[in-house]
Amino acid sequence: MNAQNPNSFRNGPDETGHFGNFGGRFVAETLMPLILQLDEAYKVAKVDPEFQAEMNSYLAHYVGRPSPLYFAERLTEHLGGAKIYLKRDELNHTGAHKVNNVLGQIMLARRMGKKRIIAETGAGQHGVATATLCARFGLQCVVYMGAVDVERQKPNVFRMKMLGAEVVPVQSGSKTLKDAMNEALRDWVTNVADTFYCIGTVAGPHPYPAMVRDFQSVIGRETREQMIEREGRLPDSLIACIGGGSNAIGLFHPFLDDKDVEIYGVEAAGHGVSSGLHAASLTGGRPGVLHGNRTYLLMNEDGQIIDAHSISAGLDYPGIGPEHSWLHDVGRVKYISATDTEALAAFQLLSKLEGIIPALEPSHAVAKVIEIAPKLPKDHLMVVNLCGRGDKDIFTVAEHLGGMD
Amino acid sequence: MTTRIDTRFAACAAEGRAALVTFIMGGDPDPATSLALIKALPKAGADLIEIGMPFTDPMADGPAIQAAGVRALAAGMSLKKTLETVTEFRKSDDATPIILMGYYNPIFIYGVDRFLVDAKAAGVDGLIVVDLPPEEDAELCKPALEAGLNFIRLATPTTDDKRLPKVLQNTSGFVYYVSVTGITGSAIPDYSKVTGAVARIKNHTKLPVAVGFGVKNADTAEAIAKGADGVVVGTALVEAVRTSLDKDGKATAKTIDAVTALVSDIAAGVKRARKQAA
Repeated sequence: MNAQNPNSFRNGPDETGHFGNFGGRFVAETLMPLILQLDEAYKVAKVDPEFQAEMNSYLAHYVGRPSPLYFAERLTEHLGGAKIYLKRDELNHTGAHKVNNVLGQIMLARRMGKKRIIAETGAGQHGVATATLCARFGLQCVVYMGAVDVERQKPNVFRMKMLGAEVVPVQSGSKTLKDAMNEALRDWVTNVADTFYCIGTVAGPHPYPAMVRDFQSVIGRETREQMIEREGRLPDSLIACIGGGSNAIGLFHPFLDDKDVEIYGVEAAGHGVSSGLHAASLTGGRPGVLHGNRTYLLMNEDGQIIDAHSISAGLDYPGIGPEHSWLHDVGRVKYISATDTEALAAFQLLSKLEGIIPALEPSHAVAKVIEIAPKLPKDHLMVVNLCGRGDKDIFTVAEHLGGMD
Repeated sequence: MTTRIDTRFAACAAEGRAALVTFIMGGDPDPATSLALIKALPKAGADLIEIGMPFTDPMADGPAIQAAGVRALAAGMSLKKTLETVTEFRKSDDATPIILMGYYNPIFIYGVDRFLVDAKAAGVDGLIVVDLPPEEDAELCKPALEAGLNFIRLATPTTDDKRLPKVLQNTSGFVYYVSVTGITGSAIPDYSKVTGAVARIKNHTKLPVAVGFGVKNADTAEAIAKGADGVVVGTALVEAVRTSLDKDGKATAKTIDAVTALVSDIAAGVKRARKQAA
């Protein structure tokens, strides 16, 4: 069923949006014409040099790319093994990697003549990035956010409002990211004519997983160049956290065909995968269909979706992008997980050793660096994607650590 | 292949009227009450019955049907029990068509082949699976047709003439025209446009066209019945269930009567709108 070149991991998806058996377009008929229209518009834009030039200009002057590839000297010394580099996407405007994708989608929405932008958000980083670019281009912006996340990511809610966005707290289901996505889809079904749905991760119906990946791949492309410049060669391993998996695929994708580069995706294990209270779809879930694509999901034996659990709102999603499901099944990327406790420890360690307060999401990746790096030789080059900064999380962390005095 | 659905639409057409299609969420507010409700629907005037298969993430449904699904799941409903409901219903009614409506994941997890065998054995006649557009026909639509079940597709105002043939290609039983873009139970359709929309679809198919979204009572049903082969009512019935419940969300003595009274009223509206001789 798949015409992908077996010699490359980078040719997916096929024409119908499948990565192996994953992906697809599982949406209501009302949305199908819009999805097809989007697919067409994106196909044209992506090969248009003008579109690329405009994107690159905003990436350089508005977002602040390229983001540095920083040698984390003290963390490396402390762990005593692999040489650790941080890809500092937390230094982007709006404080996370999310803006890379939003910029691309907003450019596309403008080309398509859409005036109203909707988005779902978990941690609020995608919502903030969307609100930011809508402000910049004078577009109406509505952000759906689970009521639980509205509560635990208050600084981002305030930022979105300051930027002129309407933030709609979603009260249905588990009141987190998956429910925000349901509500955004309901909005889209209702407002088909003028609305562009700016999805924040590499999930959803085709072409979103591929399109969002393409926009995020700037992370990996830069990392390649920067590492060659710094060390004269490619890194030996890459590591990134995964909720839906957009920062991870952005780092991984340009390296997928470099067989010697080991790649690790870190899911959120919450209270531990065996506890049942986690967000590790690959480690603790199985393939199903939700939000427009087939992918690994957390569910019960009746196919009902189970709530995810993670200290990090951005990873608190019961699914994962379909390309990750495929990379998992074909064995190209190794998927592991980090618990809330491990992430909190990593959050503190990186803050104290490097003066960089990471978001709770990449703290999961750092947690696994702490575990893996000491076992590796000193000439092993490891890149961790620091996809967001921790300002938004300080209250959550303070609560868990019992105050900061 | 002639199914109960074909037979029933033909019979209603012979009477010169539209068919009334009623939607009830399976297992709402609990499996036993739901079965009793479904059994009571034909006598109240339902010509066809759609049973919702509850799902945690019904992304095309409005708050009323979402809440009905939550009640059903909380009461222990599952796809297996929905099929058992149909088996029970069939013991006393072998004529009223039963259509299962919902989302793909529970079916995918149940196993498509096993589901089709069990659904056919239970007496299910057709399926409506909201998140399976024609692009994914290989998943369930084609196997369902081979198993002798109708696969009923939704057409919407966004389904233009270019796309309609693709949507209708593997559709059987009837076409469900969603009269507004939006989630279930949301906007009120422009009734004057329904006849034209139905005519547009009929240019492409000989199948009956049933129209849903926005039917609340006898008058709205009558307005739609004038221009369609079938009228679908769902949210209003699900709301009638909800408002009949006690403060703990449990069924009361009024629950079944509340729904059947509304169905009778709507059925009368449908019958008033005798169609012009076609």
